[in-house]
Amino acid sequence: MQVFFTLCGLVAVGFVLLITVYLVISGIPAIRKIGLFDFLFGKTWAAGQDRYGILPLILTSVYGTAGAVVIGVPIGFFTAVFLAKVAPKRVADIIRPVVSLLAGIPSVVYGLVGMCVLVPALREWLRLPAGDSLLAAIIVLSVMILPSIISLSETALEAVPKEYEEASLALGATKLETYFRVSAPAAKSGIAAAVVLGIGRAIGEAMAIMMVAGNVANMPALTRSVRFLTTGISIELNYSQDGSLQRQALFSVGLVLFLFIMMINAFLNLVLKREREN
Amino acid sequence: MRRKLYEITGRVLLYGCAAITVGLLLFLVGYILFRGIGGINWQFLSTSESVINGTVGILPAIKNTLFVIVVSLIVSLPLGVGAAVYLTEYARNRRFVAVVEFASETLAGIPSIIYALVGVIIFCTTLKLQKTLLAGSLTLAIMILPTIIRSTQESLKTVPRSYREGALGLGSGKWHMIRTVVLPSSVDGIVTGCILAVGRVVGESAVLMYTAGMSMAMQNFSIDRIAGASGATLTVALYHYAKENADFAVAFSIATILLILTVIINFSASFLGRKLKRS
Repeated sequence: MQVFFTLCGLVAVGFVLLITVYLVISGIPAIRKIGLFDFLFGKTWAAGQDRYGILPLILTSVYGTAGAVVIGVPIGFFTAVFLAKVAPKRVADIIRPVVSLLAGIPSVVYGLVGMCVLVPALREWLRLPAGDSLLAAIIVLSVMILPSIISLSETALEAVPKEYEEASLALGATKLETYFRVSAPAAKSGIAAAVVLGIGRAIGEAMAIMMVAGNVANMPALTRSVRFLTTGISIELNYSQDGSLQRQALFSVGLVLFLFIMMINAFLNLVLKREREN
Repeated sequence: MRRKLYEITGRVLLYGCAAITVGLLLFLVGYILFRGIGGINWQFLSTSESVINGTVGILPAIKNTLFVIVVSLIVSLPLGVGAAVYLTEYARNRRFVAVVEFASETLAGIPSIIYALVGVIIFCTTLKLQKTLLAGSLTLAIMILPTIIRSTQESLKTVPRSYREGALGLGSGKWHMIRTVVLPSSVDGIVTGCILAVGRVVGESAVLMYTAGMSMAMQNFSIDRIAGASGATLTVALYHYAKENADFAVAFSIATILLILTVIINFSASFLGRKLKRS
Protein backbone atom coordinates (compact mmCIF):
# COMPACT_ATOMS: atom_id res chain seq x y z
CA MET A 1 0.00 0.00 0.00
CA GLN A 2 2.87 2.33 0.69
CA VAL A 3 3.68 2.33 -3.00
CA PHE A 4 0.13 3.43 -3.84
CA PHE A 5 0.23 6.30 -1.34
CA THR A 6 3.68 7.41 -2.47
CA LEU A 7 2.37 7.46 -6.05
CA CYS A 8 -0.56 9.63 -4.96
CA GLY A 9 1.89 12.05 -3.39
CA LEU A 10 3.93 12.09 -6.57
CA VAL A 11 0.84 12.77 -8.71
CA ALA A 12 0.53 16.34 -7.44
CA VAL A 13 4.19 16.99 -8.26
CA GLY A 14 3.67 15.28 -11.61
CA PHE A 15 0.75 17.55 -12.49
CA VAL A 16 2.76 20.68 -11.75
CA LEU A 17 5.60 19.43 -13.94
CA LEU A 18 3.16 18.39 -16.67
CA ILE A 19 1.49 21.82 -16.69
CA THR A 20 4.82 23.63 -16.72
CA VAL A 21 6.30 21.48 -19.47
CA TYR A 22 3.21 21.69 -21.68
CA LEU A 23 2.94 25.44 -21.26
CA VAL A 24 6.59 25.96 -22.09
CA ILE A 25 6.52 23.60 -25.09
CA SER A 26 3.39 25.14 -26.57
CA GLY A 27 4.28 28.69 -25.59
CA ILE A 28 7.74 28.85 -27.15
CA PRO A 29 7.01 28.41 -30.92
CA ALA A 30 5.01 31.62 -31.34
CA ILE A 31 7.56 33.64 -29.37
CA ARG A 32 10.24 32.22 -31.67
CA LYS A 33 8.31 33.19 -34.80
CA ILE A 34 7.33 36.63 -33.58
CA GLY A 35 10.54 37.40 -31.75
CA LEU A 36 10.71 37.83 -27.98
CA PHE A 37 11.07 41.61 -28.13
CA ASP A 38 8.26 42.15 -30.64
CA PHE A 39 6.03 39.79 -28.67
CA LEU A 40 6.55 41.37 -25.26
CA PHE A 41 6.82 45.00 -26.32
CA GLY A 42 4.72 45.11 -29.48
CA LYS A 43 1.85 47.54 -29.08
CA THR A 44 -0.58 45.94 -31.52
CA TRP A 45 -2.50 42.74 -31.04
CA ALA A 46 -4.45 42.14 -34.22
CA ALA A 47 -5.17 38.55 -35.16
CA GLY A 48 -6.47 39.69 -38.56
CA GLN A 49 -3.07 41.07 -39.52
CA ASP A 50 -1.21 38.29 -37.73
CA ARG A 51 0.39 40.82 -35.38
CA TYR A 52 0.78 39.70 -31.83
CA GLY A 53 2.31 42.24 -29.47
CA ILE A 54 1.17 41.82 -25.87
CA LEU A 55 2.36 45.03 -24.25
CA PRO A 56 -1.23 46.36 -23.99
CA LEU A 57 -2.30 43.09 -22.37
CA ILE A 58 0.55 43.11 -19.86
CA LEU A 59 0.02 46.76 -18.93
CA THR A 60 -3.73 46.27 -18.61
CA SER A 61 -3.21 43.31 -16.26
CA VAL A 62 -0.73 45.31 -14.19
CA TYR A 63 -2.89 48.46 -14.02
CA GLY A 64 -6.06 46.47 -13.41
CA THR A 65 -4.48 44.52 -10.57
CA ALA A 66 -2.94 47.66 -9.07
CA GLY A 67 -6.30 49.42 -9.22
CA ALA A 68 -8.07 46.50 -7.57
CA VAL A 69 -5.44 46.50 -4.81
CA VAL A 70 -5.78 50.25 -4.27
CA ILE A 71 -9.55 49.94 -3.79
CA GLY A 72 -9.83 46.46 -2.31
CA VAL A 73 -6.99 46.44 0.23
CA PRO A 74 -8.06 49.42 2.39
CA ILE A 75 -11.69 48.28 2.50
CA GLY A 76 -10.60 44.72 3.24
CA PHE A 77 -8.09 45.78 5.89
CA PHE A 78 -10.52 47.99 7.81
CA THR A 79 -13.21 45.31 7.63
CA ALA A 80 -10.70 42.80 9.00
CA VAL A 81 -9.77 45.10 11.90
CA PHE A 82 -13.46 45.60 12.57
CA LEU A 83 -14.08 41.84 12.61
CA ALA A 84 -11.03 40.91 14.65
CA LYS A 85 -11.05 43.69 17.23
CA VAL A 86 -14.08 45.94 17.30
CA ALA A 87 -17.16 43.94 16.39
CA PRO A 88 -19.13 42.26 19.17
CA LYS A 89 -18.95 38.49 18.81
CA ARG A 90 -22.56 38.27 17.61
CA VAL A 91 -22.00 40.77 14.82
CA ALA A 92 -18.74 39.14 13.76
CA ASP A 93 -20.49 35.78 13.59
CA ILE A 94 -22.95 37.25 11.10
CA ILE A 95 -20.36 39.04 8.97
CA ARG A 96 -17.95 36.12 8.65
CA PRO A 97 -20.36 33.91 6.67
CA VAL A 98 -21.14 36.98 4.56
CA VAL A 99 -17.46 37.23 3.65
CA SER A 100 -17.20 33.55 2.81
CA LEU A 101 -20.34 33.78 0.70
CA LEU A 102 -18.73 36.65 -1.25
CA ALA A 103 -15.77 34.33 -1.81
CA GLY A 104 -17.99 31.52 -3.04
CA ILE A 105 -20.06 33.42 -5.59
CA PRO A 106 -19.04 32.20 -9.07
CA SER A 107 -17.13 34.71 -11.17
CA VAL A 108 -19.68 34.68 -14.00
CA VAL A 109 -22.25 35.93 -11.50
CA TYR A 110 -19.99 38.87 -10.63
CA GLY A 111 -19.57 39.43 -14.34
CA LEU A 112 -23.32 39.37 -14.92
CA VAL A 113 -24.07 41.91 -12.21
CA GLY A 114 -21.17 44.05 -13.43
CA MET A 115 -22.55 43.90 -16.95
CA CYS A 116 -26.10 44.84 -15.97
CA VAL A 117 -25.48 47.35 -13.17
CA LEU A 118 -21.94 48.71 -13.21
CA VAL A 119 -21.37 49.13 -16.94
CA PRO A 120 -24.59 51.10 -17.62
CA ALA A 121 -24.01 53.15 -14.45
CA LEU A 122 -20.49 54.13 -15.54
CA ARG A 123 -21.77 55.02 -18.99
CA GLU A 124 -24.31 57.41 -17.50
CA TRP A 125 -22.13 58.96 -14.79
CA LEU A 126 -19.05 59.51 -16.89
CA ARG A 127 -20.99 60.16 -20.11
CA LEU A 128 -19.04 57.51 -22.01
CA PRO A 129 -20.10 56.02 -25.34
CA ALA A 130 -19.77 52.58 -23.66
CA GLY A 131 -19.30 51.64 -20.03
CA ASP A 132 -17.19 48.55 -20.75
CA SER A 133 -13.84 49.76 -19.49
CA LEU A 134 -10.77 49.22 -17.37
CA LEU A 135 -12.53 51.08 -14.57
CA ALA A 136 -15.45 48.63 -14.58
CA ALA A 137 -13.00 45.71 -14.49
CA ILE A 138 -11.08 47.28 -11.60
CA ILE A 139 -14.25 47.69 -9.54
CA VAL A 140 -15.35 44.09 -10.19
CA LEU A 141 -11.87 42.81 -9.35
CA SER A 142 -11.67 44.78 -6.12
CA VAL A 143 -14.94 43.23 -4.97
CA MET A 144 -13.67 39.78 -5.92
CA ILE A 145 -10.40 40.06 -3.98
CA LEU A 146 -12.10 41.50 -0.91
CA PRO A 147 -12.94 38.15 0.78
CA SER A 148 -9.39 36.75 0.60
CA ILE A 149 -7.94 40.00 1.95
CA ILE A 150 -10.45 40.14 4.79
CA SER A 151 -10.13 36.54 5.94
CA LEU A 152 -6.32 36.37 5.78
CA SER A 153 -5.82 39.74 7.49
CA GLU A 154 -8.34 38.82 10.14
CA THR A 155 -6.51 35.60 10.96
CA ALA A 156 -3.23 37.52 11.20
CA LEU A 157 -4.74 40.21 13.44
CA GLU A 158 -6.24 37.61 15.74
CA ALA A 159 -2.88 35.91 16.16
CA VAL A 160 -1.32 39.07 17.65
CA PRO A 161 -0.48 38.30 21.31
CA LYS A 162 -2.89 39.95 23.77
CA GLU A 163 0.04 41.25 25.85
CA TYR A 164 1.10 43.65 23.09
CA GLU A 165 -2.29 45.26 23.07
CA GLU A 166 -2.61 45.29 26.84
CA ALA A 167 0.76 46.97 27.20
CA SER A 168 -0.25 49.65 24.73
CA LEU A 169 -3.59 50.22 26.47
CA ALA A 170 -1.87 50.39 29.87
CA LEU A 171 0.42 53.09 28.52
CA GLY A 172 -2.63 55.21 27.83
CA ALA A 173 -3.22 54.63 24.14
CA THR A 174 -6.86 54.42 23.09
CA LYS A 175 -8.24 51.21 21.68
CA LEU A 176 -8.15 52.44 18.09
CA GLU A 177 -4.58 53.72 18.43
CA THR A 178 -3.64 50.30 19.75
CA TYR A 179 -5.28 48.48 16.81
CA PHE A 180 -3.68 50.66 14.17
CA ARG A 181 -0.27 51.31 15.75
CA VAL A 182 0.37 48.07 17.63
CA SER A 183 -1.81 45.23 16.34
CA ALA A 184 -1.61 46.03 12.64
CA PRO A 185 2.20 46.42 12.55
CA ALA A 186 2.54 43.19 14.55
CA ALA A 187 0.39 41.40 11.96
CA LYS A 188 2.07 43.01 8.99
CA SER A 189 3.49 39.89 7.37
CA GLY A 190 0.08 38.18 7.51
CA ILE A 191 -1.54 41.24 6.01
CA ALA A 192 1.18 41.35 3.35
CA ALA A 193 0.37 37.72 2.53
CA ALA A 194 -3.28 38.71 2.20
CA VAL A 195 -2.39 41.46 -0.25
CA VAL A 196 -0.19 39.15 -2.33
CA LEU A 197 -2.93 36.52 -2.43
CA GLY A 198 -5.33 39.23 -3.59
CA ILE A 199 -2.90 40.22 -6.34
CA GLY A 200 -2.73 36.59 -7.46
CA ARG A 201 -6.52 36.36 -7.56
CA ALA A 202 -6.87 39.60 -9.49
CA ILE A 203 -4.26 38.86 -12.12
CA GLY A 204 -5.69 35.38 -12.75
CA GLU A 205 -9.36 36.29 -13.05
CA ALA A 206 -10.79 35.91 -16.53
CA MET A 207 -14.52 35.36 -16.87
CA ALA A 208 -15.86 38.20 -14.75
CA ILE A 209 -13.72 40.85 -16.41
CA MET A 210 -14.32 39.40 -19.85
CA MET A 211 -17.95 40.42 -19.32
CA VAL A 212 -17.23 44.04 -18.31
CA ALA A 213 -13.91 45.15 -19.86
CA GLY A 214 -14.93 45.43 -23.51
CA ASN A 215 -12.04 43.23 -24.68
CA VAL A 216 -10.44 45.51 -27.26
CA ALA A 217 -6.64 45.32 -27.11
CA ASN A 218 -6.10 49.04 -26.49
CA MET A 219 -3.32 50.52 -24.45
CA PRO A 220 -4.89 50.81 -21.00
CA ALA A 221 -6.76 53.92 -19.84
CA LEU A 222 -9.45 54.00 -17.18
CA THR A 223 -12.39 54.68 -19.45
CA ARG A 224 -11.18 52.71 -22.43
CA SER A 225 -12.15 49.20 -23.49
CA VAL A 226 -9.23 46.93 -22.63
CA ARG A 227 -7.97 43.37 -22.82
CA PHE A 228 -6.15 41.63 -19.95
CA LEU A 229 -3.65 38.76 -20.27
CA THR A 230 -6.37 36.40 -19.09
CA THR A 231 -9.10 37.75 -21.34
CA GLY A 232 -6.61 37.92 -24.19
CA ILE A 233 -6.56 34.14 -24.01
CA SER A 234 -10.22 33.55 -23.30
CA ILE A 235 -11.66 35.84 -25.95
CA GLU A 236 -9.88 34.09 -28.84
CA LEU A 237 -9.38 30.54 -27.61
CA ASN A 238 -12.64 29.24 -29.04
CA TYR A 239 -12.19 30.95 -32.41
CA SER A 240 -8.54 30.26 -33.20
CA GLN A 241 -7.59 27.48 -35.62
CA ASP A 242 -5.70 24.52 -34.19
CA GLY A 243 -2.02 24.92 -35.09
CA SER A 244 -2.33 28.49 -36.37
CA LEU A 245 0.05 31.23 -35.26
CA GLN A 246 -2.89 32.84 -33.44
CA ARG A 247 -3.48 29.71 -31.34
CA GLN A 248 0.25 29.42 -30.63
CA ALA A 249 0.39 33.09 -29.60
CA LEU A 250 -2.44 32.44 -27.13
CA PHE A 251 -0.34 29.71 -25.54
CA SER A 252 2.55 32.17 -25.33
CA VAL A 253 0.28 34.64 -23.52
CA GLY A 254 -0.57 31.76 -21.19
CA LEU A 255 3.12 31.16 -20.57
CA VAL A 256 3.67 34.85 -19.71
CA LEU A 257 0.68 34.79 -17.35
CA PHE A 258 1.98 31.58 -15.79
CA LEU A 259 5.36 33.21 -15.15
CA PHE A 260 3.64 36.17 -13.49
CA ILE A 261 1.64 33.81 -11.27
CA MET A 262 4.70 31.74 -10.35
CA MET A 263 6.56 34.89 -9.32
CA ILE A 264 3.63 36.00 -7.18
CA ASN A 265 3.36 32.52 -5.62
CA ALA A 266 7.07 32.41 -4.84
CA PHE A 267 6.77 35.82 -3.20
CA LEU A 268 3.71 34.67 -1.25
CA ASN A 269 5.59 31.61 0.02
CA LEU A 270 8.45 33.83 1.09
CA VAL A 271 6.12 36.14 3.04
CA LEU A 272 4.31 33.21 4.66
CA LYS A 273 7.57 31.58 5.60
CA ARG A 274 8.75 34.75 7.28
CA GLU A 275 5.47 34.90 9.15
CA ARG A 276 5.84 31.32 10.40
CA GLU A 277 9.35 32.07 11.61
CA ASN A 278 8.13 35.03 13.62
CA MET B 1 -7.93 67.55 19.62
CA ARG B 2 -5.79 65.63 17.13
CA ARG B 3 -6.41 62.49 19.08
CA LYS B 4 -10.11 63.04 18.96
CA LEU B 5 -9.98 63.48 15.20
CA TYR B 6 -7.93 60.27 14.93
CA GLU B 7 -10.54 58.46 16.97
CA ILE B 8 -13.43 59.71 14.86
CA THR B 9 -11.78 59.04 11.49
CA GLY B 10 -10.70 55.59 12.64
CA ARG B 11 -14.17 54.70 13.76
CA VAL B 12 -15.78 56.00 10.58
CA LEU B 13 -13.34 53.98 8.46
CA LEU B 14 -13.83 50.77 10.44
CA TYR B 15 -17.61 50.89 10.52
CA GLY B 16 -17.81 52.31 7.01
CA CYS B 17 -15.72 49.57 5.43
CA ALA B 18 -17.52 46.80 7.28
CA ALA B 19 -20.78 48.35 6.11
CA ILE B 20 -19.51 48.44 2.53
CA THR B 21 -18.64 44.73 2.65
CA VAL B 22 -21.99 43.70 4.08
CA GLY B 23 -23.82 46.17 1.86
CA LEU B 24 -22.17 44.71 -1.23
CA LEU B 25 -23.36 41.23 -0.43
CA LEU B 26 -26.87 42.38 0.41
CA PHE B 27 -27.01 44.32 -2.84
CA LEU B 28 -25.68 41.40 -4.90
CA VAL B 29 -28.06 38.89 -3.36
CA GLY B 30 -31.02 41.24 -3.46
CA TYR B 31 -30.45 42.31 -7.03
CA ILE B 32 -29.92 38.78 -8.33
CA LEU B 33 -33.00 37.44 -6.55
CA PHE B 34 -35.04 40.44 -7.69
CA ARG B 35 -34.23 39.85 -11.34
CA GLY B 36 -33.91 36.09 -11.29
CA ILE B 37 -36.40 34.46 -8.99
CA GLY B 38 -39.43 35.24 -11.16
CA GLY B 39 -38.11 33.13 -14.01
CA ILE B 40 -37.67 29.97 -11.98
CA ASN B 41 -40.45 27.44 -12.25
CA TRP B 42 -40.76 23.73 -12.73
CA GLN B 43 -40.72 23.95 -16.50
CA PHE B 44 -37.48 26.01 -16.35
CA LEU B 45 -35.79 23.37 -14.22
CA SER B 46 -37.12 20.25 -15.86
CA THR B 47 -36.96 20.76 -19.63
CA SER B 48 -34.42 21.69 -22.24
CA GLU B 49 -34.56 24.77 -24.44
CA SER B 50 -37.18 24.53 -27.13
CA VAL B 51 -37.21 26.92 -30.05
CA ILE B 52 -40.58 25.62 -31.29
CA ASN B 53 -42.36 26.32 -28.01
CA GLY B 54 -40.21 29.38 -27.32
CA THR B 55 -39.40 28.10 -23.85
CA VAL B 56 -36.11 27.99 -22.01
CA GLY B 57 -35.13 25.10 -19.74
CA ILE B 58 -31.88 24.32 -18.05
CA LEU B 59 -32.19 20.63 -17.28
CA PRO B 60 -29.26 19.77 -19.61
CA ALA B 61 -27.03 22.27 -17.79
CA ILE B 62 -28.03 20.81 -14.42
CA LYS B 63 -27.28 17.28 -15.63
CA ASN B 64 -23.96 18.38 -17.14
CA THR B 65 -22.97 20.07 -13.88
CA LEU B 66 -23.78 16.91 -11.91
CA PHE B 67 -21.81 14.81 -14.38
CA VAL B 68 -18.75 17.06 -14.07
CA ILE B 69 -18.98 17.05 -10.26
CA VAL B 70 -19.22 13.24 -10.07
CA VAL B 71 -16.47 12.47 -12.56
CA SER B 72 -13.98 15.00 -11.24
CA LEU B 73 -14.54 13.74 -7.68
CA ILE B 74 -14.19 10.09 -8.72
CA VAL B 75 -10.79 10.91 -10.19
CA SER B 76 -9.58 13.42 -7.65
CA LEU B 77 -10.82 11.96 -4.36
CA PRO B 78 -8.67 8.81 -4.23
CA LEU B 79 -5.62 10.72 -5.47
CA GLY B 80 -6.10 13.57 -3.00
CA VAL B 81 -6.85 11.39 0.01
CA GLY B 82 -3.97 9.10 -0.96
CA ALA B 83 -1.55 12.02 -1.20
CA ALA B 84 -2.70 13.35 2.18
CA VAL B 85 -2.31 9.91 3.79
CA TYR B 86 1.16 9.66 2.31
CA LEU B 87 2.13 13.10 3.61
CA THR B 88 0.90 12.55 7.16
CA GLU B 89 1.35 8.81 7.68
CA TYR B 90 4.14 7.50 5.48
CA ALA B 91 6.52 10.24 4.39
CA ARG B 92 9.80 10.31 6.32
CA ASN B 93 11.80 12.61 4.12
CA ARG B 94 11.04 16.19 5.17
CA ARG B 95 12.32 17.68 1.97
CA PHE B 96 10.07 15.48 -0.14
CA VAL B 97 7.07 16.46 1.97
CA ALA B 98 7.97 20.08 1.35
CA VAL B 99 8.13 19.42 -2.40
CA VAL B 100 4.71 17.75 -2.48
CA GLU B 101 3.17 20.50 -0.37
CA PHE B 102 4.73 23.15 -2.58
CA ALA B 103 3.31 21.37 -5.64
CA SER B 104 -0.13 21.32 -4.09
CA GLU B 105 0.06 25.02 -3.23
CA THR B 106 1.19 25.79 -6.76
CA LEU B 107 -1.77 23.88 -8.20
CA ALA B 108 -4.05 25.88 -5.92
CA GLY B 109 -2.55 29.16 -7.14
CA ILE B 110 -2.81 28.53 -10.88
CA PRO B 111 -5.70 30.54 -12.34
CA SER B 112 -8.48 28.73 -14.13
CA ILE B 113 -7.73 30.20 -17.55
CA ILE B 114 -4.34 28.44 -17.40
CA TYR B 115 -6.12 25.19 -16.52
CA ALA B 116 -8.33 25.86 -19.53
CA LEU B 117 -5.27 26.12 -21.79
CA VAL B 118 -3.69 23.02 -20.30
CA GLY B 119 -6.96 21.10 -20.59
CA VAL B 120 -7.25 22.10 -24.25
CA ILE B 121 -3.69 20.96 -24.99
CA ILE B 122 -3.55 17.80 -22.90
CA PHE B 123 -7.04 16.35 -22.77
CA CYS B 124 -8.83 17.78 -25.81
CA THR B 125 -5.94 17.68 -28.30
CA THR B 126 -3.16 15.32 -27.19
CA LEU B 127 -5.41 12.65 -25.68
CA LYS B 128 -8.00 13.27 -28.46
CA LEU B 129 -10.98 13.56 -26.10
CA GLN B 130 -12.22 16.59 -28.10
CA LYS B 131 -14.39 19.16 -26.40
CA THR B 132 -16.29 16.90 -24.05
CA LEU B 133 -17.59 16.92 -20.51
CA LEU B 134 -15.10 14.14 -19.85
CA ALA B 135 -12.14 16.34 -20.86
CA GLY B 136 -13.53 19.16 -18.71
CA SER B 137 -14.01 16.88 -15.72
CA LEU B 138 -10.47 15.55 -15.94
CA THR B 139 -9.06 19.08 -16.10
CA LEU B 140 -11.13 20.05 -13.08
CA ALA B 141 -9.93 16.94 -11.24
CA ILE B 142 -6.42 18.42 -11.33
CA MET B 143 -7.75 21.79 -10.22
CA ILE B 144 -9.60 20.49 -7.15
CA LEU B 145 -6.80 18.14 -6.07
CA PRO B 146 -5.15 20.67 -3.71
CA THR B 147 -8.47 21.41 -2.01
CA ILE B 148 -8.96 17.73 -1.20
CA ILE B 149 -5.34 17.18 -0.18
CA ARG B 150 -5.37 20.14 2.19
CA SER B 151 -8.57 19.44 4.06
CA THR B 152 -7.85 15.70 4.33
CA GLN B 153 -4.39 16.48 5.63
CA GLU B 154 -5.75 18.89 8.22
CA SER B 155 -8.20 16.36 9.57
CA LEU B 156 -5.63 13.54 9.55
CA LYS B 157 -3.44 15.75 11.73
CA THR B 158 -6.23 16.01 14.33
CA VAL B 159 -6.41 12.24 14.81
CA PRO B 160 -4.65 11.72 18.17
CA ARG B 161 -1.36 9.84 18.14
CA SER B 162 -2.69 7.53 20.82
CA TYR B 163 -5.23 6.08 18.36
CA ARG B 164 -2.44 5.09 16.02
CA GLU B 165 -0.23 3.77 18.79
CA GLY B 166 -3.15 1.83 20.24
CA ALA B 167 -3.88 0.17 16.92
CA LEU B 168 -0.25 -0.60 16.22
CA GLY B 169 0.22 -1.84 19.77
CA LEU B 170 -2.64 -4.28 19.33
CA GLY B 171 -0.67 -5.75 16.46
CA SER B 172 -2.36 -4.23 13.41
CA GLY B 173 -0.30 -3.47 10.34
CA LYS B 174 0.13 0.09 9.13
CA TRP B 175 -2.38 -0.11 6.28
CA HIS B 176 -4.87 -1.90 8.51
CA MET B 177 -4.41 0.85 11.11
CA ILE B 178 -4.98 3.57 8.51
CA ARG B 179 -8.02 1.84 7.05
CA THR B 180 -9.78 1.01 10.31
CA VAL B 181 -8.68 3.79 12.66
CA VAL B 182 -7.20 6.84 10.98
CA LEU B 183 -9.43 7.27 7.93
CA PRO B 184 -12.76 6.64 9.72
CA SER B 185 -11.93 9.26 12.33
CA SER B 186 -11.08 11.84 9.68
CA VAL B 187 -14.15 11.31 7.52
CA ASP B 188 -15.49 14.79 8.42
CA GLY B 189 -12.44 16.47 6.94
CA ILE B 190 -12.59 14.41 3.77
CA VAL B 191 -16.28 15.24 3.33
CA THR B 192 -15.56 18.94 3.94
CA GLY B 193 -12.85 18.75 1.28
CA CYS B 194 -15.34 17.21 -1.15
CA ILE B 195 -17.90 19.93 -0.45
CA LEU B 196 -15.32 22.67 -1.03
CA ALA B 197 -14.25 20.90 -4.22
CA VAL B 198 -17.88 20.72 -5.39
CA GLY B 199 -18.08 24.46 -4.71
CA ARG B 200 -15.12 25.11 -6.97
CA VAL B 201 -16.51 22.88 -9.71
CA VAL B 202 -19.97 24.48 -9.58
CA GLY B 203 -18.45 27.97 -9.74
CA GLU B 204 -15.93 27.21 -12.45
CA SER B 205 -16.60 28.51 -15.92
CA ALA B 206 -13.41 29.30 -17.84
CA VAL B 207 -12.12 25.72 -17.88
CA LEU B 208 -15.43 24.21 -18.92
CA MET B 209 -16.14 26.77 -21.60
CA TYR B 210 -13.09 25.69 -23.56
CA THR B 211 -12.83 22.01 -22.69
CA ALA B 212 -16.44 20.89 -22.29
CA GLY B 213 -18.36 22.87 -24.90
CA MET B 214 -21.29 25.27 -24.77
CA SER B 215 -24.22 23.29 -26.15
CA MET B 216 -27.55 23.71 -24.37
CA ALA B 217 -29.02 20.54 -25.89
CA MET B 218 -29.74 17.44 -23.84
CA GLN B 219 -26.76 15.09 -23.84
CA ASN B 220 -26.88 11.34 -24.08
CA PHE B 221 -25.50 9.91 -20.85
CA SER B 222 -26.00 6.23 -21.76
CA ILE B 223 -22.86 4.29 -21.04
CA ASP B 224 -21.67 3.87 -24.64
CA ARG B 225 -22.14 7.55 -25.51
CA ILE B 226 -20.94 9.10 -22.30
CA ALA B 227 -17.43 9.85 -23.55
CA GLY B 228 -18.85 11.98 -26.37
CA ALA B 229 -21.21 14.09 -24.26
CA SER B 230 -20.39 17.77 -24.61
CA GLY B 231 -22.30 20.72 -23.26
CA ALA B 232 -22.64 23.70 -20.97
CA THR B 233 -22.76 23.53 -17.19
CA LEU B 234 -24.79 26.10 -15.23
CA THR B 235 -22.05 28.74 -15.16
CA VAL B 236 -21.26 28.34 -18.85
CA ALA B 237 -24.99 28.46 -19.63
CA LEU B 238 -25.19 31.73 -17.68
CA TYR B 239 -22.37 33.18 -19.75
CA HIS B 240 -23.98 31.91 -22.93
CA TYR B 241 -27.33 33.55 -22.20
CA ALA B 242 -25.85 36.80 -20.89
CA LYS B 243 -23.08 37.49 -23.36
CA GLU B 244 -24.09 35.73 -26.56
CA ASN B 245 -27.90 35.84 -26.41
CA ALA B 246 -28.26 38.99 -24.24
CA ASP B 247 -31.14 37.15 -22.55
CA PHE B 248 -30.61 38.58 -19.07
CA ALA B 249 -33.80 37.22 -17.51
CA VAL B 250 -32.59 33.67 -18.04
CA ALA B 251 -29.04 34.59 -16.98
CA PHE B 252 -30.30 36.02 -13.69
CA SER B 253 -32.46 32.97 -13.06
CA ILE B 254 -29.40 30.76 -13.48
CA ALA B 255 -27.46 33.17 -11.23
CA THR B 256 -30.18 32.73 -8.59
CA ILE B 257 -29.77 28.97 -8.73
CA LEU B 258 -25.98 29.29 -8.50
CA LEU B 259 -26.37 31.62 -5.54
CA ILE B 260 -28.62 29.15 -3.72
CA LEU B 261 -26.12 26.35 -4.42
CA THR B 262 -23.27 28.53 -3.09
CA VAL B 263 -25.18 29.21 0.12
CA ILE B 264 -25.90 25.51 0.62
CA ILE B 265 -22.29 24.54 -0.08
CA ASN B 266 -20.87 27.23 2.21
CA PHE B 267 -23.13 26.40 5.10
CA SER B 268 -22.62 22.66 4.93
CA ALA B 269 -18.84 23.14 4.72
CA SER B 270 -18.70 25.48 7.69
CA PHE B 271 -21.13 23.32 9.67
CA LEU B 272 -18.93 20.27 9.13
CA GLY B 273 -15.82 22.31 9.79
CA ARG B 274 -17.16 23.41 13.15
CA LYS B 275 -18.15 19.86 14.02
CA LEU B 276 -14.64 18.81 13.08
CA LYS B 277 -13.10 21.39 15.40
CA ARG B 278 -15.27 20.29 18.32
CA SER B 279 -14.51 16.60 18.07
